[in-house]
Amino acid sequence: MIRTLSYVALSGTLLFSSIAAATDETTQQYINTLTELGYPAPKANELVHIPPTMEDLENAKLHPELKRVIRRGYDLFTNTQQLRGENVFNNMNCSSCHMGEGRMPFSAPVWPAAVTLPNFRGKNDHVNNLEERIAGCFTYSMNGKPPEYGSDNMLAISAYHQWLAKGVAMYPEQPIYGRGFPAPDRPKELRYARGEAAFEENCSVCHGEDGEGLRVGNQTVFPAVWGDMSNNWGAGIVRVFTAAGFIKNNMPLGQPNSLSDQEAWDIAYYISNQERPQDPRYTGDVKDTLEKTQERFHKHSMYGQVRETDGHILGDHNNTGEKPFLKPDSVRPRTFE
Amino acid sequence: MKKIPIMLTVLGLATCSGFALAEADATRGAATAAVCMACHQADGSGMNIPGGESWPRLAGLDAAYISKQLHDYKSGERSSASMMPFVSMLDDQKIADVAAYYAGLPATKGKGSGSADEATLKRGQQLAERGDWSRYVVSCKSCHGPGNQGAGAVFPGIAGQHAGYIKTQLQAWKAGTRKNDTQDLMGSIARRLSDDDIHAVAAWLASQSASAN
Repeated sequence: MIRTLSYVALSGTLLFSSIAAATDETTQQYINTLTELGYPAPKANELVHIPPTMEDLENAKLHPELKRVIRRGYDLFTNTQQLRGENVFNNMNCSSCHMGEGRMPFSAPVWPAAVTLPNFRGKNDHVNNLEERIAGCFTYSMNGKPPEYGSDNMLAISAYHQWLAKGVAMYPEQPIYGRGFPAPDRPKELRYARGEAAFEENCSVCHGEDGEGLRVGNQTVFPAVWGDMSNNWGAGIVRVFTAAGFIKNNMPLGQPNSLSDQEAWDIAYYISNQERPQDPRYTGDVKDTLEKTQERFHKHSMYGQVRETDGHILGDHNNTGEKPFLKPDSVRPRTFE
Repeated sequence: MKKIPIMLTVLGLATCSGFALAEADATRGAATAAVCMACHQADGSGMNIPGGESWPRLAGLDAAYISKQLHDYKSGERSSASMMPFVSMLDDQKIADVAAYYAGLPATKGKGSGSADEATLKRGQQLAERGDWSRYVVSCKSCHGPGNQGAGAVFPGIAGQHAGYIKTQLQAWKAGTRKNDTQDLMGSIARRLSDDDIHAVAAWLASQSASAN
């Protein structure tokens, strides 16, 4: 059954390939591994793509100089802290959220960006390309300033994304299996205290009692999940459902899908009720900012909301963390006029 | 020395003893360590014993980690017929002291990787540094820290540990005979490792040098 489904899923890219049968078996094994880990099997019409590895890169027929640039992109992706103070102003690496070096389904695999962009994004209300999408991660998730469009680093990171998408048709019409951080159904009730207890039990050994994570030297071992060294209020993961989806599908490390849906949501809710650096779109007033960004973005976050435990208004501050500015120049509307 | 306050905190939590220990003293620990030296050696280098029970290098490991292991042997959380008679001689103060002593020694070389071929070491390096996500094996360094030199009090340095010791411990986790890790973090990964992978990663880690903390 699934074999047929995955064949259908692959047909977009590999139907006429002589290696389709062998690939089908590989895909089946891939799906088996994921379903054994508690992930859902792909639906009938979903696109299943197994991104190539860095070992595959060594064997690929690509110009050696391109391989070098893709390797640099991989290196930046997995050790983004090398850009600390220049582009990154918190403890995050790209691979802190995009597990498995950006290759894992249900962990916001990054290759779909390479085949679905340029496209319109509701978050900033205009058409974005791959570089602008990556710039968004730097602006919000890394609380930083993106590498310049067209710069060596930006090109290298883009090249790594595109390499991971190798073989996938542009603008696929099928839905993509394991895209984003699919959230489990939202339980009826989320509770702060229950989330706090579950965080302490399941997360704090790595992420610390105060969500601060763990650094060794100048490298991040476990990322900060709130506070100055975490993503700012504009990052996608501040939406409670996105955080719940990340946690359920990826945490604790090595044990995906081990938490109940209720636990994943409660932990997400607890983390979402903690402070972090200001949203770069801040206008100087949290209510005003919320008004301008709620519909497009903050509908699902706790930004500007009152924390039930102490009445604190979340995001009501002008703290930008380690970053000595609020908004990078790259955050600007495009009108194509 | 800078790690001692952390260690005391951990000890306090672990024992819930309610009374304060005197500060850990590495010099006192050196005297206590006399009972450890037959296996772990005077310099804390331990011994790699192919096909036998390898004795881990303790020199340069995190004091709180060593201390937790000793407490776990005492409580039965971690079992070892060899360690049992020795830990029963140690009270909380002696554990703190001996942990401080070994933590302060310069790290020695890991042994047991000599016979591994290039392909084995390459696979080992992959597992240690990048993991094998096709089987949801996360890299060693994602918890054990940069260079697998250890991260905090919970995740010990494993670079430069003896291959024989790493191998038997991973096998013990895989078999469920060692389970004193937090939340099964090590167990869940060890169960996904094949015997060949365990051999490979143990060989590669042993071939790396440990930096003293």
